[in-house]
Amino acid sequence: MIELKDVSIGYNRRPILTGINFQVASEEIVGLIGPNASGKTTLLKGINRLVRLFTGRILVNGIDIAIIDRGALARLLATVPQNPTLPAAFTAFELVLMGRTPHLGLLRYEGSKDIAIAWQAMEATQTAYLAERRIGELSGGERQQLVIARALTQQPKAILLDEPTANLDINHQIETLNLIKRLCREQRLAAIIAQHDLNLAAQYCDQVVLLHRGEIYAKGTPQDVITTQNIKAVYGAEVAIHPHPVNQLPVLYITAGEDKEVLAKGKR
Amino acid sequence: MNHTNPPGKITTGQPAAPVSLAAHRRNRVYTIITLSGLLGLTILVASTIGSAQIPFRTSFAIILSRLPLIDITPAWPRGFETIILYVRLPRIMMAGLVGAALAVAGAAYQGLLRNPLADPYLIGVAPGAGLGATIGFLVLLTFPWIGFGLIPLFAFIGALGAVAVVYTLARVGKTLPITTLILAGVAIGAFLSAITSYLFTHFGRYLHGIIFWLMGGLSMSNWNEVRLIFPWIIIGIVVIWIHFRPLNVMQLDEDQAQQLGIKVERVKIILIIAATLITAVAVSFTGLIGFVGLIIPHAVRLIWGPDHRYLLPLSALVGSIFLILADAAAHGLIPPREIPVGVVTALCGAPFFLYLLRRKKGLSFF
Repeated sequence: MIELKDVSIGYNRRPILTGINFQVASEEIVGLIGPNASGKTTLLKGINRLVRLFTGRILVNGIDIAIIDRGALARLLATVPQNPTLPAAFTAFELVLMGRTPHLGLLRYEGSKDIAIAWQAMEATQTAYLAERRIGELSGGERQQLVIARALTQQPKAILLDEPTANLDINHQIETLNLIKRLCREQRLAAIIAQHDLNLAAQYCDQVVLLHRGEIYAKGTPQDVITTQNIKAVYGAEVAIHPHPVNQLPVLYITAGEDKEVLAKGKR
Repeated sequence: MNHTNPPGKITTGQPAAPVSLAAHRRNRVYTIITLSGLLGLTILVASTIGSAQIPFRTSFAIILSRLPLIDITPAWPRGFETIILYVRLPRIMMAGLVGAALAVAGAAYQGLLRNPLADPYLIGVAPGAGLGATIGFLVLLTFPWIGFGLIPLFAFIGALGAVAVVYTLARVGKTLPITTLILAGVAIGAFLSAITSYLFTHFGRYLHGIIFWLMGGLSMSNWNEVRLIFPWIIIGIVVIWIHFRPLNVMQLDEDQAQQLGIKVERVKIILIIAATLITAVAVSFTGLIGFVGLIIPHAVRLIWGPDHRYLLPLSALVGSIFLILADAAAHGLIPPREIPVGVVTALCGAPFFLYLLRRKKGLSFF
């Protein structure tokens, strides 16, 4: 469970996001949507305590993250960053095993229990067959799944994912999100996914939070938030939205148009 | 390691990886034990090399007689014993300690800075020690009653002072960005080297003695020096080694390391202090021996992989063996003349390293 109570966060002196209030229950996926530079990544970093918290409180599993040790936070909360740097010479299994770091002291070796947990995470993400391959040899989709496996190895209560489908083809996008959905249910995780693709957000998220200029513009179910008016107001894009033929969730339709500036010049 | 799955066979559910991980770890431990044995052998062999003609067997016997539990009745001239125990052996010990210190400091800097060009001298140790020694030499020329034994102290203060300045300049708020650290190190290094060069143009005729120090050499080693540097280097290496896991995790980016619970800024400070300290202690006495700190960690990484748990101790052993052999070659090849040991390390080390690099071309460094 993640709770954000009147949170404002940002870098150095200036808050980038203000008045952020929402909750994510266990087994629930909340989608963070909004245009580029609307503060999605900053919000995830704030929950991770990588940027400054100006006001408000962030609770994970009822524990205020401001007052706990980094290791304790890493046992509560795992993160799958966007385009993470991964050391090419380590093997996939070594990478996943790094998820045990917050559970181990400086001098403790990974024991058979830690190895078993990492191995289970690889099986859950169907990456076990990659175990002995070096990261440098793997594709973007495989790396993405390994980072998810590493997050599971942390045995967290909540998980943050920053555009987990950004560089994947359609099949890997669906596989990755299906995996996240299944893992949230099985491991009772609360998940926040920053997502650019509104159709995927509508299909996979129980709730969505629409960010606009550092504030929450709308939040609620995908049907309530992903509307023609909201998309026009926040993204400035003209789209048509219709219910999905199977599950009634909103689907965006775009139509090819002309460059607005060209049109404007023509009118002048 | 060469475990491959037959095509079509479903591997999920088989605990293949954990099993081979255990085997992999056992192999690394065996490697460490083997190399420790090799280090002992290197020490014995290097003790037979020198300008005095002492038979092979005699040198062995003299050293072995000093080990506990071994009883050999001395059947050799007293002079031989003095040469082996008070001239050659301290020099070998010094080479071993300095080689280990430079290699481990190099591995730590490379891991910390995530930069393959990093070496123990990158963030100011070398130019700082150089300037410190040069100034010290001039001061001691002016006040010779102080005694030239204090040159290492000047070098040590210069090295630590330079790194302290670099560190202070590179800090941004509470963090230490790696790029800023490298750039500040290079800039301060250039500035200090310029001062050293200026001193040389001005006082060059007095500074002959210091040129040898700058090139690096082990010929002046004695047991007092070994006793002085031994605890520092061992403690420094152990402090760096117990941070093997943070170092591994920091090979991801810093955000990920923090998300995995590593206190990145604290680890950086500890590692910089420890690596700088062992480098400064080493160069104060032996001068600027190049190449070991850059190449040994890379060679170890190419052969045995990037896991700092093994990379650090293996670098220490290989660095030790390498510098002992290089120094033996430096004074043993064309006796009684000495080649600067830095020349030997580069001449022998570079081709071997390039061979490794070409053999493992397909593999990435980090």
